[in-house]
Amino acid sequence: MKPALLAFLRRPSGVIGLVILVFVVGAALFASAIYPGNPWDTVATPFTPPGTDGLLMGSDSLGRDVAAGVVHGARISLLIGVTSTFMALVVGVLVGAIAGYSGGRTSSLLMGVTELFQSIPAFILAILLVAILTPSVATITFAIAIVSWPQVARLTRGEFLSLKEREYVQAARCLGESPVSLMVRYILPNALSPVVVAGSLSIATAILIESALSFMGLGDPNMMSWGYMVGTARTMIRQAWWMSFFPGLAILLTVLAINLVGESLNDVLNPRISRQ
Amino acid sequence: MTTGAAPLLKVRNLRIALPAAGDRLFAVDGLSFDVHPNEIVCLVGESGSGKSMTAHAILGLLPPQVRIDAGSEIVCDGTDLLQLGEQGLQQWRGNRIGMVFQEPMSALNPLQRIGAQIAEALILHARTLGAEQVRQRVLASLAAVGLPEPERICRAYPFQLSGGQRQRVMIAMALINQPRVLLADEPTTALDVTTQKQILDLIRRLQRERHMGVLFITHDIGVVADIADRVIVMRQGCAVEAGTRDEVMLKPRAEYTRALIDALPGRRPATQDEAGGSREVLLQIRGLSKRFVTGGSLWSPAREVAAACDIDLDVREGETVAIVGESGSGKSTLGRMIMRLVEPDQGEILFAGRDILKLPRRDLANFRRDAQLIFQDPFSSLNPRQKVGEAIARGLIIHGEAPKAARNRARLLLDRVGLGAWAAERFPHEFSGGQRQRVSIARALALQPRLLIADEAVSALDVSIQAQILHLLGDLKREFNLTLLFITHDLRVAGEIADRVVVMSQGRIVETGTPAEVLGAPRHPYTRQLVSAVAGTDFLGQLAQDRAYIEALA
Repeated sequence: MKPALLAFLRRPSGVIGLVILVFVVGAALFASAIYPGNPWDTVATPFTPPGTDGLLMGSDSLGRDVAAGVVHGARISLLIGVTSTFMALVVGVLVGAIAGYSGGRTSSLLMGVTELFQSIPAFILAILLVAILTPSVATITFAIAIVSWPQVARLTRGEFLSLKEREYVQAARCLGESPVSLMVRYILPNALSPVVVAGSLSIATAILIESALSFMGLGDPNMMSWGYMVGTARTMIRQAWWMSFFPGLAILLTVLAINLVGESLNDVLNPRISRQ
Repeated sequence: MTTGAAPLLKVRNLRIALPAAGDRLFAVDGLSFDVHPNEIVCLVGESGSGKSMTAHAILGLLPPQVRIDAGSEIVCDGTDLLQLGEQGLQQWRGNRIGMVFQEPMSALNPLQRIGAQIAEALILHARTLGAEQVRQRVLASLAAVGLPEPERICRAYPFQLSGGQRQRVMIAMALINQPRVLLADEPTTALDVTTQKQILDLIRRLQRERHMGVLFITHDIGVVADIADRVIVMRQGCAVEAGTRDEVMLKPRAEYTRALIDALPGRRPATQDEAGGSREVLLQIRGLSKRFVTGGSLWSPAREVAAACDIDLDVREGETVAIVGESGSGKSTLGRMIMRLVEPDQGEILFAGRDILKLPRRDLANFRRDAQLIFQDPFSSLNPRQKVGEAIARGLIIHGEAPKAARNRARLLLDRVGLGAWAAERFPHEFSGGQRQRVSIARALALQPRLLIADEAVSALDVSIQAQILHLLGDLKREFNLTLLFITHDLRVAGEIADRVVVMSQGRIVETGTPAEVLGAPRHPYTRQLVSAVAGTDFLGQLAQDRAYIEALA
């Protein structure tokens, strides 16, 4: 992996993305050190503009520190983004691998189920699931995972379909490898690069879905989240722009950073693009 | 052949620098040669010798990372092509210099009809022609390269033509502007022997008719013997020897040239063991059939291809049987059916008396211990993410060996196939094609199989490497007491290694016999055609006669 890492670091866009991402992850990890105390607490006069009274990003309509909200909000965004994508990857890779390797009726059945999920607009399904299951970190993560796995499954199936015909897989079959071993030892490692790239990009999508859910009031009521902050401040955008601007900027930068990193990973890990 | 006339193409001191990370400084180092009208000059060398780079340099088609040194000169018709810019070169490409590439499928636009593509090559350089004139010229060019029904070919798409037809189209396209110089870069390498023979004859005929100078690039010294007037042998970017064909081929001065000629399969007497008529039959195939059905939708009828048609074949223990045929003859499918990678429709395959098509799962694993397959392409037959030692040890581990013992055995095997134990910790991409094929052989041998099927195992390799691998297989066969089923399209290889040759055509076995019988006195018309098409046959015959003559004098 050394040359891949070097190639990654040679890409300016990837490095920029990585730097932003390090900041976001740092904020999430050290939120309680940077802004000790509860971000929901009133700490200042309501509607204080940024830069006054030592408030970096001003205060909101209830006198809460916006900067504290943004820093603490990084936690929920990343937590949900990463865990939901991880769940989607596990389910998607499993379904896609079995469908791609087995072919025939099993494949048709699994792909039928996948298409069923894909035929419902992702966001609507997510809203529906969260509304039914009552909003919490666990249910939001679950809902996002449910709408994200079909893509991963299709991608994995495609890779498996082409890789299982490769001569080295046939050679391994001749050695007497079992189907599970063929899938895990021979096909999966070679199919993983595009899946990793798709996964990194789907973290960004998950963060956006989470923000959108919180914006609509379907977020976890106990957690400070960027989407929630934008949502509650949107009616006062003309009087107090900073209340929605900073959390919005945080969403934008985080998603952008993840996309930049994902694209660079794609360039580096995808053998079909030359590594010049 | 060299006439007093000025050369059409003059290359002087050509030096092409490789990027710093390359394995050597120069892809081509100080190469000089001429191509005169009325002659075919062959650049021959193994892969990486810089021969294709030379052709690409002439037309300014080099990749941007490589640079041509300032002292180099490529003069055509009094113009130094290296001084021309991209715009200037476009006037030369396809107009005064025609080019034919190795892979006719990728050189043609798959979405455009043949006629339109040839017309485009013409219109680019002769804008004033009317539509009817263009059509006539295109049809005439297709007729000139010996394509039947030019009208129909004009309307066809590339995928509707065979490999040989596509290469004829490429030649028609290269010649439509009547260039004086033709560059042919391995134009027959991707073709079957019989098609290769036809294309070589065609190039020779057109060159004579039009008094062209042809620079013909090939790795196959047999092809050189058939087509060249003059030969330049290249190695690592330098010309090691140059001269007329007879000088170079019959009295090679350079050690390397001699090695190349000696590496030609069929040059050494076949190493035949006492072909055991008394030995037991290990593999018995009866009435084996397989049809592939492709396409088939609402609008187009399904196409059926018979890959195997009622095949009967016996292979005795310790025997080497070569299965020979052109692509599409079903020889590879046969090998894969024996390995049960492809399920046959009908028939039985008895291995040591048991029908392997009816084996339950557990016994199938045991059978796979006894029979192994070596694949053609050493670049795709190894898992890119698995260390070489692991790839070899896996087979043993699956069959119950302790991992540590298996890895030790893998190291021994790597040593035995000439790679050394150090190779075990490397990944496949760190090896060359020949080395990878050695790894594949080690992997197959790890299980100590009784039957080894080699599916075009040396076809992707350079001749000198080919000779080494064949030699290795021969040694290993004796050492491990293997029965070898050698699938190849190359009659010369078959004749060299086999005790018995089986010729397949369109899924049927058309002829069986000893190499001497099949190659020396073929009975079936298809075999006769195959044998006469082998490049360099005449030359080899002549060479043998000359040697006999010289020996008689001595």
